[in-house]
This record gives sequence, C-alpha cells and structure tokens, in this order.
Amino acid sequence: MTDLTMVLLVVSISLLASSGVLGLFLGRRSATGQRWAALLMLAGAGLGLWIAFRHLLRGDSGTLDLPWFLPWGSFRLKADALASFFLVPVFLIPALGSIYGLGYWNSSERPGSARALQFYYGILAASMAIVVLAGSSVLFLIAWEVMALSAYFLATADATDPPACKAGWMYLIGAHIGAVFLIALFSLMYRSTGSFAFEAIAPAALLPGVATILFVLALIGLGLKIGLMPLHLFLPGAPATGPSHVSSLLSGVVYKVGIYALIRVTGILPVPPAWWGGLLLFAGATSAILGVTFALAQNDLKRTLAYSSFENIGIISMGLGLALLGRTFAHADWIVLGLGGALFHSWNHALLKPLLFLAAGIVERAVGTTETNKLGGLAKSLPMTATLFIIGSAAICGLPPLNGFASEFLIYLGLFRTAGLTGNGGAGTWPLATMAVPCLALAGTLAVACFVNLSGSLFLGQSRQLLPTKSFQAPSASMTAPMIAMAALCVVLGLAPGAVLPLLDRAIAVWNPTTSSLGPSLSSLVPAAWISAAGAAIAGLIALTTVLYLRIVRRRTVGIAGTWDCGYARPSARMEYTASSFGHSLRELFRWALWPRVHRPQIAGPFAKPSHFKSYVQDPVLDRVTLPGAQLLGRAFAWLRLLQQGHLQVYVLYFFAIVVLLLIWGRSMR
Amino acid sequence: MTNLAVHLVLLLLMPPLLLGVINRTKAFFGGRRGPPLLQPYFDLARLMRKGLVLSHTTTLIFRAAPLVSLVAILFAGLLMPMGPFDAPISFPGDLVFFAYLFGLARFVTTIAALDTGSSFEGMGAAREVTFACLSEPALFFALLLLAKLSGSLVLSDMLHSPLHAQWTILGPSLVLVAVGLFIIVLAENCRIPVDDPNTHLELTMIHEVMVLDHSGPLLGIILYGAALKLFVLGAFLLHIVAPVQTGRVWLDWGLFAAELLGLSIVIGVVESAMARLQMRHVPTLLVASILFCGFGYFLLVR
Repeated sequence: MTDLTMVLLVVSISLLASSGVLGLFLGRRSATGQRWAALLMLAGAGLGLWIAFRHLLRGDSGTLDLPWFLPWGSFRLKADALASFFLVPVFLIPALGSIYGLGYWNSSERPGSARALQFYYGILAASMAIVVLAGSSVLFLIAWEVMALSAYFLATADATDPPACKAGWMYLIGAHIGAVFLIALFSLMYRSTGSFAFEAIAPAALLPGVATILFVLALIGLGLKIGLMPLHLFLPGAPATGPSHVSSLLSGVVYKVGIYALIRVTGILPVPPAWWGGLLLFAGATSAILGVTFALAQNDLKRTLAYSSFENIGIISMGLGLALLGRTFAHADWIVLGLGGALFHSWNHALLKPLLFLAAGIVERAVGTTETNKLGGLAKSLPMTATLFIIGSAAICGLPPLNGFASEFLIYLGLFRTAGLTGNGGAGTWPLATMAVPCLALAGTLAVACFVNLSGSLFLGQSRQLLPTKSFQAPSASMTAPMIAMAALCVVLGLAPGAVLPLLDRAIAVWNPTTSSLGPSLSSLVPAAWISAAGAAIAGLIALTTVLYLRIVRRRTVGIAGTWDCGYARPSARMEYTASSFGHSLRELFRWALWPRVHRPQIAGPFAKPSHFKSYVQDPVLDRVTLPGAQLLGRAFAWLRLLQQGHLQVYVLYFFAIVVLLLIWGRSMR
Repeated sequence: MTNLAVHLVLLLLMPPLLLGVINRTKAFFGGRRGPPLLQPYFDLARLMRKGLVLSHTTTLIFRAAPLVSLVAILFAGLLMPMGPFDAPISFPGDLVFFAYLFGLARFVTTIAALDTGSSFEGMGAAREVTFACLSEPALFFALLLLAKLSGSLVLSDMLHSPLHAQWTILGPSLVLVAVGLFIIVLAENCRIPVDDPNTHLELTMIHEVMVLDHSGPLLGIILYGAALKLFVLGAFLLHIVAPVQTGRVWLDWGLFAAELLGLSIVIGVVESAMARLQMRHVPTLLVASILFCGFGYFLLVR
C-alpha cells in the first residue's frame, strides 16, 4: 500500500519535471506549450499534495528504493511526516506560480525566454521535491545541485542588464561554496557511520569533537543557502532581479528546502551541547533584526522583499535553536513549541513571500518600475492587488488574527518558558535564551515599520513621479487567482491554527522520536481554540463597529476635499513623504549596521548650480568586505592566469590530467 | 458576573474622564481654571454629531483604520485585568496577544496616515513606528519579568501573583520596571515629554499629526481609542506600582478607579513640570526605558 503512494509521488514529481518539455518542441510564441506546462504542474502538484497530506494525516511514511548506478548510497526516497510537511509548499507554490506565469510571462510577449523559463520552473520544483524526499546524502547532493542550477537559469532567464547577470552569478557562487561544505559534511558522516543514509547517528559512532564539526559544517553550508546573516551575502540579488514568479520560488520555497535540510541534519545528530542551540538562537535573532532593517533601507520593492526573507529565516532559526536547547536540557515543551513554531512559520512564510512577490510583479508590469520612491497611489488602479498586498503585509508582520501571528505565537510561548516558569518541571533552565524575546519583539515592530512603509509608498497617497501610464496593464484573472488563493490560506491558517497543530506534532515526532511518546502535544500547550475565538471576536467586533459607524454617518454630510496641507497654496505629489523619508529615522537608529552612503550636493554661492542628492545602503558583508577582499585575492593570484588559455580543449585536458593523477595517487595508497 | 459588568462599564465609559483629569491638572499648574472634567465627553458627543470631510486622495483604508484600531485596543482592554479582578478573557500566552494588538492598532493607524499622501502625516507615521521599535522591547522585558515572577503566561495570573506584594524583597526590580513602564505609558499615549497633545505646529507632533485629516465621527473614534489606550496601559502599570486589595468587591473597584485618577494626576503633574523633549532626544528616553525594564529583569534572573 505504501509502495503505491510512493509510486504516485514519483509520478507527480515526473509530471513536474516534464511539464516544460512539450513547450520546447513548439513555437517560441505558442501559448499551447505554456498552458500544457501549467496544466501538468497543477496535475502533478495536486497528486503530490494529496499524497503528502495523506501521510501527514495518517502519520505513516513510505519508502521507495530504486536501482542506482553510483557505487555510493542508494536511490531511496523516504516520505516521513517531516518530509511530507515540507512537500506541501514545494508542490503548492510552483503550481500557483506557473498559473500566474501564464499572464505574467506570456510567451507571446516574451518569446525569447518563456520556453526556457517554464522548462526550468518544472525542473526546479521537481528537484526541490527530491531534495526533501532524499533518503541518502548522495541523492540529496545531486538533487541539491540540480536545484541550484535550475534556480540560476531561472533567475537569469531574461537577464540582459549587468546587475541581473551579476546577481545570478552571485547566487551560483554562493550555492557552490555552500555545496562544498555539504560535501564535507556528508563525507565526514560517511566516515563516521559507514552509511550515506539519513538515519540517527549513535553518539558512540562519533569521535570526540566530530559532532561539533558536523554541526558547524551544516550551519555554514546550509546557512549560505537559507541566508542566515551574515551568510546571506550571495542571496538577495537573484530574487530582487529575477522574474517575480521565480523570485517567489527562490525566496519563498528554496530557502524552506534549506531549512528542511537543517532540521533534518540537526535531527540525526546526537544530543547537542547548549551552545549549538544558543548559537542558532543568537544567529536567528541577528538575522531577524538586521534582515528587516536592511529591508527597510532598500529603495527597490523586490530588494526589500528579498531582504525581508532573512528576517523570517531568522525567526525560523530561533525556533529551531529553541528546539535544540530543549533537547540539551530535556525540555519536551521547548522542543515542541520551538520546532512547531519553526515548521509553522516555514509554511506561513512560504505562502506570504510568494504572495508579496506576485503582487510586486503586477506592480512592475503595470508601471514598469519597482523603485519605491517613484511609486504611489496604485490602490486606485490596482484595487485587488493593493488589498492582497496589504493583507500579506499585515500577516508577515505577525499581526493577529493572521497566520504570521499564529506561528510567532508558538515561538514566543516557547521562549517565555525558558525563563524557568514554576510548575513547569524540567531539568534546567537557560535564562540567556529569554533575551531572544525582546529581540523577536523588536523584529516584529521593525517589520511593521517596513511593511507599512512599503504598502503605503506603493499603493497609497499619490504617485510621486509621473509614471508611464500608456503601457499600464490590468492583471488578468490568471494572475490574481493564485494570489487570492494564497491570501485566503493566510487568513484561514491565522483563524484556525488548531488544524495545523496535529500535523506539526507528527513532523516533530520524526525529528525527536522521544517527544511523541513522552512529551506534551502542541494542542495541549497552545490555546489554539482561544486564538481562533479571539480572531473571530475581533472580526465580529470590526463588523459591528462598521455597522454602527455606517448608521451614524448615513445621516451626516460628507464633504470631499484635498488633503490638508497646512495652508500651502500649491501642493504637489512630489512633496509627499517618500519611502526613503519614512525610513530615515530608523535608518539613523541603525546607522552602525547599515553604513549608508550619502552623496551630498555641493551648494555654494548665491547662485548655486543644479545639484542632486543621493543616498543608498549597500550590503556591508558583500559590498564592503567580500568583494574588495576578492579583488585583492584576484590580484595576488594574477600569475595563475597563465593556466587560463581560453580554449575549452585545454581545460578538458586539465581535467584529464587531474583524473590521471588521482588514479596514480589512489593506486599508490593501496 | 458583576465583575464582568463593572469591567465593561469602566472600560467603555471611564477613559475620557482620565483625559479630563489630566487637562484639569495641567490647568491648575498653569494658574487657570481649565475645562470641566467631563469636557472630553462633550467633545466626543459633538464630534459624533458632525459631518465629515474626506480627502480625494484617500481610500477605504482611511475610513476603516480608526474602527480596526479601536477594536484592537478594546480587545486589549478585555485581556487586561483591572485591580484585583481577573480579565474577562484570559488564556495561556494572552500577554503576547495583548502586545500584538497594539501592533495591529499601530499598523492600521500609520497606514491610514500614509493614505492621505500628506508629508506631515507621513512624518508622524514615521515617528510613531520608530519610537515603537524602542518601546516594544521594553514592554517585553517587563512581561518577561512578570512571567518569571508569577510562573505563568496568563496576564491575569501574572499581574495578580502574590509575589507582587513582596516589594521588600523584589523592590529594586519592581521599581526599575515601574519607571520603565511609566515612560512607555507616556510615550505610547503621546504625552509630554515625548509628544505634546496640545501643540499647534504640525512639524512637532506625533500622534496628532497622523490624524490631521480625520474629521467628525472618525476623529471622535480616534480620540476615544486614544483615551482607551491610556486607560488600558494605565491599568497595567497600576498592577505593579499599587498592587493593593481589600477583599471587598465594591471597595476594590472604587480603589481601582481612584488609583487610575491618581495616575492621571501624576501624568498631569509630569506634563506641567516638564517641557517636551526635542524630537532627536526622544530615542534616548525610550532607550532608557529599555534599560530600566532590562535591568529590572536581570536583577531578578541574575
């Protein structure tokens, strides 16, 4: 029986992988290929989601072993509750994204890249599913590599301008540096256990210190993939410059696959020392606060969204850090709340970030720019997009009664419990962990600032500069429908978090098998019914006050006038507060982290010449440290250019020589 | 049942009186007679009867925001225990819900300010979110301290813990947190020295400038919501500075109301005795509140 579900899973993954193939044989402008691709994606995702939910609801798992050509490991797919939990966004978001792509990246408008885009879109989705399902590290690494390459091809599918190409290269470089650490991690695991399978490692199998090395390798290798600050340096460019439905995968789902790997690896390592959890908690808090601060300091809509992902990755890492501390101190409630919050927030962010990126895509298409300082007043022409974006903004700030609150609530509950509440039992406490509480609060408040600013400067007020209205395109139904689905899921998950808690319990039980039998379940720790009731009560009260207000206003005169401008005679839209002015005071507060660059105008004499002012925030890790450092290195190794001949044949010769040398070395070692 | 009724009546009817008391206190120090104590009620009634003027720049958000913000603060009031009586609604973790309801109110208020497209309102909204970033961590340090003291994550239990009465042992922690929370009450309710509710220059305002364009019933709702916020946060602070109870129901309710009025007089005195800080010095004050609450917590944990 379980075999059949696994076979169906393989079928669904094959549907995803092959969705774009048909389009390759059709004309460049043909819409047929694109429609078939979306249809196949939907069919594959529907089938996959059904199986994933079946596993999650029943709490069973399936494995499938296929013949494998490599001498290492095996082709083993394993769908346990944890993998199934992450399969849900991996199937759902690409399917919705491909529907959105029908209108957004229409093959008749973009004949140059539409076919390649839909091909790699399916490959990326399929490779993510295999990464999540991989039961052995070799298969994991191969799928991981396919995932990185297809993400690179997607991000640069239409890249003609240098920044977009550079961003794609950065993404690829980051992915490969991360992969090196992962190869080291899995090789070391193999050396210790003699197996490539992802099975729990007995503490006796590891020499002293090896566990620490494994953890550090995983943290660096996967941190580079998920953007745990300061390892985020290679990541923000690609989602910021790529097509929006690609960015929503890169920022919303690929990071979650990295999170999945981190959860999986920390789960099979033996009981950790306290500093592992503490480090992850600290890195998560740093990432949460600085991620949103950098988001606030960007001048570009998609860049802001890209940086805001690091905030949410930080929140998820804080939850995982708490769960690790729970394992160290044998507090089942910390594990359940921390990991439960991390998993739930992964789902929520995988819905929210794509929603916001898709809305950004509509804005980009409608007005041709994503520069926040130029936009404004779009709520009047794009009312549906504005509504959805503002719902997404409120939810990503963690405001009740939406889904962002529900998952942050779990993490808060867990963090408060580390204070060592009386009547809580448990072995030890770790009061240092409570420092994460004010950090999470600060990140939440900064997120409010960031997203109020973003929604306000895009959709409200008046347009700050004249924008090309001739090319203005209203979004088609195929573009808004996926967004409505995502926003509806956000509201439902926020109002009924109780429905998710049993699924979370099952996934947590995979990570830490002892909690399932001994520890408390999430439903017993989290007052989910109260959250639902409070959310419903708030909605009801809002409806009630609205009725009352409308009854009062019905009998009043309503005048329409211009905005009050303090008596100024000729107000213009250029006098509005821009996104940069809104963020100014917060940028000043965080000057020590942002290092903003400001070019002030030189104004001298009574008749000053025309001048201009410019300020922007670079990424301190990438633009201030890594790139200058890389340039120095490049100069120091200029003599290596001797080897760089520019002929492919010569490079293949190098490979050949290296293989021969390795063969000789291997023989002589025997 | 009685307690629930009294809770609701006080929550709904008393807040504007606090503003009346503050204004009267300030008038006394200014050597004036001042407006009647019930003037805020008259103001609200007048605003509710007026028509309203809307800017043609605004959207639905502008009209919905005051309602959502009022509901959020009202719900926070239902989570807050008053005096020795438990809150009508309480559940484990309601402290986080309580704090995030203020976040919801802030979100809609600031987004409505941006909806008008006025640079003054944008300025006010920017200040509001900036200062909130500093007062929120302080609030969570205070909540941490209370959770640690009481061993509970339910506001009613946290604020009614018998440990509270042990001021002799926990004095230093509680004094520090009380000072920090008092600064938050002043800042969140836009009182001097952070903001001056009576200022007449748009450039120097925070809260008032965000609602410049609201008029008539909408402005009434906003002013009422602001009074409600003062009431709720004041009730929170009173649990720490005056955790007294007599055991008799009506005496306790009377005492609670009297304490709130007393707190209003203290705020009035502070407002009369101090000048508003320069805008660039406000963050320093708010960082001080983080330090007060943070040190209070550290003294407890050690």
